[in-house]
Amino acid sequence: MSVRDALPGPAEGGPATPPPTGAGAPDGPGAGPPSRRRLARARRSAARRRAWAQFRRSRSGMAGLLVLVGFGLVALLAPVLFPPETISVTDATGEPMAPPTAGFPLGTDESGRSILALVVWGARVSLVVGLAATLMSMLIGTVIGVMAGHFAGWFGVALNRFTDWFLVIPFLPLAIVLATVLGASLLNIIIVIGVTSWPGTARLVRAQTLAVSARPYLERARALGGGDWHQMSRHVLPNVMPLVLANTTLMVALAILSETTLSFLGLGDPLRPSWGGILDGAFTNGAMSVGAWWYVLPPGLCVVAVVLAFTLIGRTLETIVDPRRGVRA
Amino acid sequence: MGPGARYALRSVASGLGTLLFVVVFNFFLFRMLPGDPIGLYTRGRNVPPEQIEALRAELDRPLLEQFVTYLANPFASTINSARYNQPVWTLIGDRVWATLLLVGTAIVLASILGTWIGIRAGWRRGERFDRVSTGVTLTLYSMPEFWLGMILLITFGVGVGFVPGVFPIGGIITPGVDPTSLAGVLDVMWHMVLPVTTLMVVYLAEYALVMRASLIDELGEDYLTVARAKGLMDKVVRRRHAVPNALLPTVTLILLNLGFVVSGAITVETVFSWPGLGLLSYDALRGPDIALLQAIFLLFSIGVIVANIIADLLYAVLDPRVRA
Repeated sequence: MSVRDALPGPAEGGPATPPPTGAGAPDGPGAGPPSRRRLARARRSAARRRAWAQFRRSRSGMAGLLVLVGFGLVALLAPVLFPPETISVTDATGEPMAPPTAGFPLGTDESGRSILALVVWGARVSLVVGLAATLMSMLIGTVIGVMAGHFAGWFGVALNRFTDWFLVIPFLPLAIVLATVLGASLLNIIIVIGVTSWPGTARLVRAQTLAVSARPYLERARALGGGDWHQMSRHVLPNVMPLVLANTTLMVALAILSETTLSFLGLGDPLRPSWGGILDGAFTNGAMSVGAWWYVLPPGLCVVAVVLAFTLIGRTLETIVDPRRGVRA
Repeated sequence: MGPGARYALRSVASGLGTLLFVVVFNFFLFRMLPGDPIGLYTRGRNVPPEQIEALRAELDRPLLEQFVTYLANPFASTINSARYNQPVWTLIGDRVWATLLLVGTAIVLASILGTWIGIRAGWRRGERFDRVSTGVTLTLYSMPEFWLGMILLITFGVGVGFVPGVFPIGGIITPGVDPTSLAGVLDVMWHMVLPVTTLMVVYLAEYALVMRASLIDELGEDYLTVARAKGLMDKVVRRRHAVPNALLPTVTLILLNLGFVVSGAITVETVFSWPGLGLLSYDALRGPDIALLQAIFLLFSIGVIVANIIADLLYAVLDPRVRA
């Protein structure tokens, strides 16, 4: 399978040619002259089906997906599993820093709250922050990357230089500085991760945009009088998107790790602890010196499981979207 | 001017551009903080009135004038650390060596082990060693380094169940031991075991993945087919032909990813109370100690920018194709 086959959206073939592998699509060559939009939709859904069939064959990708679905369900069901008062500091019912018992399968924290309940509620925060931060960074990265690649003049060069600057600045010190200035809150941590992690995406998108811009169909679009906006939104973006999506999955993994680190350093929302926030609680309340392994082990294991799941899915998607890059996975 | 000199000039200029950007950003970001700056800079500390007067006089100058002074010499800050009431650069100077010792040891060990694993896995891609090592390195790569440190600390420092805690739970040396004596050196090494292991394991995962990927990139190249066609042994093809070429991107990536090393140092030093720059950053941010935070951010950025310039130049020296 070539790169082009995996890319949905307007590929190089003119609108008059039927989709090359559209056997399952409703508009076959015999169904009369199909409309351009229906043709595009059929081609896209065929590409999606092909990608899914390929994804299903990857054992590690499917394992990652399974883990994610599990964590997603737990996060959604948190209020059903543990009513909100179980993680309130004042309504806690357990002994402080008690090892696992039947009532508290993962023990308790310094104020007697169930670690299991904290971890289940933490899943919501960690996942939401990871996804929202990735969305933000992907938006910034894609917009800057497409523009940097599309505009050849000083504007593109300036955007590219700007990306390079941001790429070099070390992430954690920058994030700490930003989070200190903005203050500790859930929204701010999303902003901080989003604003600091886009340069990688921008660089990737720019490279892909440059490759796409050299293709004949963009020359054709220009010759027919298509403006910059039309070229970018209708031709460049649809061809860059699959790569961005694969990259996004890998970005979520990084965003969740970043969130964990920042929360551990005390920059998260203290009232809604994520997994990193729980680890911060364990560290600052001396869980380690009393050997309270049940306080430290579960949140970290959850981070590893979710980050690994996103990484495996991302690597599988990368192989599907860009087989040449993917061979290394 | 030859193409090599032009390339060198360009990468140095780009590095200086980034540096200027960091300095400007660093200056204006902290001027945006809400509230009385005097309170922020002296938080929770008894300061003699004349010092407050000096600080106020400094901060009352026009913003542009302050900026020009800062730009002229970003290291000559007149504002003391709020927590330690000392010039920030003195504090940083005291802490640099502990960090260099810890991080340097971890990087050396990790790059040796990591490249070895990467070469073995990449050369026989898909075989058992590769599958196991890739699984392990990906898992380690998904791990928050400070969490690994906490687990090691609880298990081998404090002791869990039948595992006795034999290693020190923090610090760089037992109080009262002379660091220049042999006993002192051994004591420091004993304190280094857990934090170095933590950092090494996390760095190693990255280096092994990078080395494996770049070796696999070389596998399809024609010169390897030629080497094999000459009848060279597999071992020689790997050692003399494939690995030297694959090492190139790995070496530069190790330098380029210094930002990642810095992150590890901040959190792992915090967990092990290692008295270096990382722990200083943690203290500064918990304050928050604005003057100190500003200085540390500048220092880390400079370190990473310089490493990037070196990586660029090194790459050009090692691979002449880049210079074109």
